[in-house]
Amino acid sequence: MLNGYGSTILEGAWLTLILALTSMAVAVTLGLLGAAFRLSPIKWLSLLGETYATVIRGIPDLVLILLIFYGGQDIVNRLAPMLGYDDYIDINPFIAGVFTMGFIFGAYLSETFRGAFMAIPKGQAEAGAAYGMSGIQVFFRILVPQMIRFAIPGFTNNWLVLTKATALISVVGLQDMMFKAKSAADATREPFTFYLAVAGLYLVLTSVSLLALRYLEKRYSVGTKAADL
Amino acid sequence: MIFDFNVIWNSLPLYLGGVLVTLKILLISLAFGLALAIPLGLMRVSKSPWVNFPAWLYTYVIRGTPMLVQLFLIYYGLAQFEAVRESFLWPYFSSATFCACLAFAINTSAYSAEILAGSLKATPHGEIEAAKAMGMSRSKLYRRILLPSALRRALPQYSNEVIMMLHTTSLASIVTLVDITGAARTVSSQYYLPFEAFITAGLFYLCLTFILVRLFKQAERRWLAYLAPRKA
Repeated sequence: MLNGYGSTILEGAWLTLILALTSMAVAVTLGLLGAAFRLSPIKWLSLLGETYATVIRGIPDLVLILLIFYGGQDIVNRLAPMLGYDDYIDINPFIAGVFTMGFIFGAYLSETFRGAFMAIPKGQAEAGAAYGMSGIQVFFRILVPQMIRFAIPGFTNNWLVLTKATALISVVGLQDMMFKAKSAADATREPFTFYLAVAGLYLVLTSVSLLALRYLEKRYSVGTKAADL
Repeated sequence: MIFDFNVIWNSLPLYLGGVLVTLKILLISLAFGLALAIPLGLMRVSKSPWVNFPAWLYTYVIRGTPMLVQLFLIYYGLAQFEAVRESFLWPYFSSATFCACLAFAINTSAYSAEILAGSLKATPHGEIEAAKAMGMSRSKLYRRILLPSALRRALPQYSNEVIMMLHTTSLASIVTLVDITGAARTVSSQYYLPFEAFITAGLFYLCLTFILVRLFKQAERRWLAYLAPRKA
């Protein structure tokens, strides 16, 4: 299939999927942290969370990827000799990609999560406190499980954007399906065929995610009433 | 000092040229994208499946695939076909600026069409009933009531789309254009100062983003004043 490049592209697709899933795990962690910071009553923490969300969302993904990947590597190698380490440090593009995407989408998710936390009635957290739960217990036992339902639509959106944005990591040399398609296109001089194939694979990925997350949303909304207009 | 911003200061003209290219691509693609989005948005609210389905398919496919793939399909992909290379359109399709603007316009048209369709569907039914009671025809209803009201109410969401588009234009640097990101890439490879080069690009985008947010705030105050919460 595809002049024998079918299997290489599928391998790339697998890498894309793994990259997206791992980055999302990092992004969810950072997003929860960011949302907790922004909602915190401590002023400098909430300012820190707000700066993170505003600055990252104000800069294009591609620039952040280039900045973290090339710039980060550059800085590490400028700093390393000062710490007495003289070999050139090469950052693995997969790890760099995961942290870059996680860092970027953590900012977007922190906004989603903040909105979702704010949608939970105040009485819930107060009731938890009245039962003698600590702040952390209230956060993880009462707020997070209820927040998920409000966050799913925003999460779905962010997941789709993240999946599509992973294509940009190919620019810094990670061999995902976009990178594989580019090499195949250069070798066979049939760019349209390969980019169309990759577009199809991305469409499958986004369609499956959409269906799965819609199911999840239904699961998490069990027992809530929706009023028809 | 481990940072060297002197070089950046000297390359400022390159960055400013990049700002102009970014703004040019942004404005062209937004204008054509919006012009395409209005008919598409109207198709998306149609009850007839023959009208609705093609528009749905278009927005679904465009929104389900990465911008980078769409750009590569148009810029590199179309050259694969003899017919395109020999047609009178080839001078256009071999230009990176044209391909970038085309790809971005197609992309934003799909997102804007969905925004507009959502806004049209959310039209208060009283407005439509009132227009019908006044004896307006279908086209007059669309021209005078539905579109003006829906376009206004789409403003907050559309401002997000415009900012997303500003960020998307950075992909133009991948197809050789020297926009802000392209300028940063040039500086980065000429002087090997990637960190300083890209952080400067980031600052430029941040400023442009803030300016756009400001402009849309003004526009909302102008056109959405009637929906603002009443001042006490």
